[in-house]
Amino acid sequence: MTKQVQQLDRVIIRFAGDSGDGMQLTGDRFTAETAKFGNDLSTLPNFPAEIRAPAGTLPGVSSFQLHFADHDILTPGDAPNVLVAMNPAALKANLGDLPRGADIIANTDEFTKRNLQKVGYATNPLEDDSLAEWRVHSLPLTSLTVKALEGFAISKKDAERAKNMFALGLLSWLYHRPTEATIKFLEAKFAKKPDIAKANVAAFQAGWNYGETTESFSVSYEIKPATLAPGVYRNISGNQALAYGLIAASVQSGLPLFLGSYPITPASDILHELSKHKRFGIRTFQAEDEIAGVGAALGAAFGGALGVTTTSGPGVALKAETVGLAVATELPLIVVDVQRAGPSTGMPTKTEQTDLLMAMFGRNGESPVPVVAPATPSDCFDAAVEAARIALAYRTPVMLLSDGYLANGSEPWRVPEVSELPDISVEFTTEPNGEDGTTYLPFKRDPETLARPWAVPGTPGLEHRIGGIEKADGSGNISYDPNNHDRMVRLRQAKIDGIDVPPLEVDDEDGDARVLVLGWGSTYGPIAAAVRRVRKDGGKVAQAHLRHLNPLPANTGDVLRSYDRVLLPEINLGQLALLLRARFLVDVISYNRVRGLPFKAEELAGVIQDVINSD
Amino acid sequence: MTESLNGKGLALVPKTDAKQSLKDFKSDQEVRWCPGCGDYAILAAVQSFLPELGLRRENIVFVSGIGCSSRFPYYMNTYGFHSIHGRAPAIATGLAASRPDLSVWVITGDGDALSIGGNHLIHALRRNVNLNILLFNNRIYGLTKGQYSPTSEIGKITKSTPMGSLDKPFNPISLALGAEAGFVARTIDSDRKHLHSVLREAAAHRGTSLVEIYQNCNIFNDGAFDALKEPETRDEITIRLEHGQPIVFGTGENEKAVRLSPQGGVEVVRRAEVAESEILVHDAHRPDPSVAFALSRLDDPAFEHVPIGIFRSVDRPAYDTLMSEQLEQAAADKGKGQLADLLLGGDTWRIA
Repeated sequence: MTKQVQQLDRVIIRFAGDSGDGMQLTGDRFTAETAKFGNDLSTLPNFPAEIRAPAGTLPGVSSFQLHFADHDILTPGDAPNVLVAMNPAALKANLGDLPRGADIIANTDEFTKRNLQKVGYATNPLEDDSLAEWRVHSLPLTSLTVKALEGFAISKKDAERAKNMFALGLLSWLYHRPTEATIKFLEAKFAKKPDIAKANVAAFQAGWNYGETTESFSVSYEIKPATLAPGVYRNISGNQALAYGLIAASVQSGLPLFLGSYPITPASDILHELSKHKRFGIRTFQAEDEIAGVGAALGAAFGGALGVTTTSGPGVALKAETVGLAVATELPLIVVDVQRAGPSTGMPTKTEQTDLLMAMFGRNGESPVPVVAPATPSDCFDAAVEAARIALAYRTPVMLLSDGYLANGSEPWRVPEVSELPDISVEFTTEPNGEDGTTYLPFKRDPETLARPWAVPGTPGLEHRIGGIEKADGSGNISYDPNNHDRMVRLRQAKIDGIDVPPLEVDDEDGDARVLVLGWGSTYGPIAAAVRRVRKDGGKVAQAHLRHLNPLPANTGDVLRSYDRVLLPEINLGQLALLLRARFLVDVISYNRVRGLPFKAEELAGVIQDVINSD
Repeated sequence: MTESLNGKGLALVPKTDAKQSLKDFKSDQEVRWCPGCGDYAILAAVQSFLPELGLRRENIVFVSGIGCSSRFPYYMNTYGFHSIHGRAPAIATGLAASRPDLSVWVITGDGDALSIGGNHLIHALRRNVNLNILLFNNRIYGLTKGQYSPTSEIGKITKSTPMGSLDKPFNPISLALGAEAGFVARTIDSDRKHLHSVLREAAAHRGTSLVEIYQNCNIFNDGAFDALKEPETRDEITIRLEHGQPIVFGTGENEKAVRLSPQGGVEVVRRAEVAESEILVHDAHRPDPSVAFALSRLDDPAFEHVPIGIFRSVDRPAYDTLMSEQLEQAAADKGKGQLADLLLGGDTWRIA
């Protein structure tokens, strides 16, 4: 049988199943194959906080969405073209996102009476007319897998567990993905259990062969590689990029990296990643709590290390006092906040941009801290290097605001040459800086940057004491002098306000747009995709994206004032809007949704169009 | 490396040939404790002890939290970090773990170490980074003006407890032993010779050492340790623990001895009523901490008898050494990290 091959420019696939079905692994492998093939891609993993929620229930559904294309894309996609539903719960939880005509690949083995009842299906949707609007491919994935693995020296349970690899094989056939890397991956992953490795490879190949022979799939699809800028690419998630950025910052600054951290979702993967790279001289310290994590990082910074702590919102709340100490002692420190839905425990695995005001103001006293936010998963690399640059050059703690969407999402990354990376090296002070030539003044500032000198223990003649008590300007001795305090408060503020940050760039194709869409952080992809849609439909709209939230680029006010309307979508209730209104008296229009999910491009395109039309 | 450093707490800290004196360790800052405070005696004892170590002054760091005692670093002409309430062990851990060439001292008090910073203290002790923790215990909050502390006796009348405090105090020695500390000692502000001897051993211990120092707050809890200082009572109640020596104390007819109790633990008995062979010989190096723990309970609940000296001094690998070894091991196994190789690791593809 010769099968038809159809060309597509892009596809969105969502793998969905029970938490224990291996959907994240399946998605990761499909992503790796897709990256290897050369498509542009963007991913959105979505999983429950529970490690193994009760099987077959709606809260237990874990999914992985992948958008890939023959052109550059900006988001994991709004609506899947294909849903792989490993059980009734996965179908029910995701059906609402599926546009009419989309494909559903359902594992009929799991559509048992009991599993249907668990999620409230009175009848089997695969057998009644309720899915008539979609193209349903019903196949017994589990029993096909078990049958394919007959004769392998593994238990029935292990055979059943390989069903995700069968599904991966089928999807790999359907979209012409290369398979060698997955086979290699399985062999390495189960190196200590060769029977399991063989069985998984066999299941994967059986899935592929099934696609080729079954009549259930008459068409397969080709999506040509994307034409991206020349260079070497790899696929990378936000957390991995951020960890690599920190390593790069260590190399480029010449300072050993010290990470003090306490496990927290969704930031723990940065700790895991950095722990693997000890040969770079990286010390990773899993502390007894969040406070000790940042405390140890600050202690290491006092000793001349690049001190870093990684956490999420609840951890930032706990670290606040120590960050204040870093402000007062003017030591470099990087605080990574991978934001998640709050308040309190909130929804640990879901994304949000709700920590901006905490990053800005969540400390006692006048306690200014620079804030940097990456825009995409791969941008986490550059943002980490930038945060280190600011921390080291200005001797200040820096807040790096990633979020759950960036952390777990992935995209192709053009790997930079090391020579392209900025030199952020620092020189420790080794000589007295007092007028008399013998004393050391730990708070005598650089006239340009207002940064104080950094003399580390072990430097003879520069023994000095620092601390959280107010210091006399210059000498750093304890001072309760009213005028000195006023001066120091202003100096610390002026130092942060004066940080050199690049100007805000505006993408305004023809220069005649009257509406500007402004964003910060992880909303970049959906906003840019929405802007493209609006422009494609003839709409005029400009786009700008803030990477530096504190200090803001010097031209921010001018940019805002040069448009009739400024639209600001945020995954919070308007935190940046509050800052911009206060600072520039500009009546920005907020668009806010706080659903734990990224914006959809279509949704934002509609909002932009409405603002344009409201003229 | 681990093996050879045991017992050599400062082996990695550079030494100086220059002759040092107490004066070298005095900073130019005016000391601002209340006149008569026990902290003065401890400061003088530390400043007069440090020259003995012969370390380069710039490689010594004092880290403190918040409280009266935590002003200590300002008065030392070394590197110093006066941090925030309770967090000094955490900050010192990061410093000492990344800089094994430093001699790091934590100065803390009973409120700082045992209340707000209790978590950091116990984890520092079990972790065993090369730190010396000096816990000034005056059994009161001084800097906030006289509230009861986690070492105040039950029923303590203070501003915050006008009808008496209700909670049982910590015994810092018992707590430290329970937290897997390798070196635990107690001394008194007024006994410089004893203080010096304990500091000497603490510095020589590689790993975290905890030294509880009974310290008089003459403003809010004056005389708390008088029984250990007054000539009439001192020798009757002070049990001086010395490694390898039988544990006896008291004078004349009141001479007492400590022996293992048939019920478990240890007990105090009249020396005259016990055979010499039954008297417990102090073994600070005993790997099992249970006898040290039993000794720490002798001063509970009141000052009937109070052991001072080194309860436990047991070598085990220090965290910072192990951490450095992992770094060296990783570099030896896979070569030193190369950034370009790291970035290009994993599956890559080229677009021309």
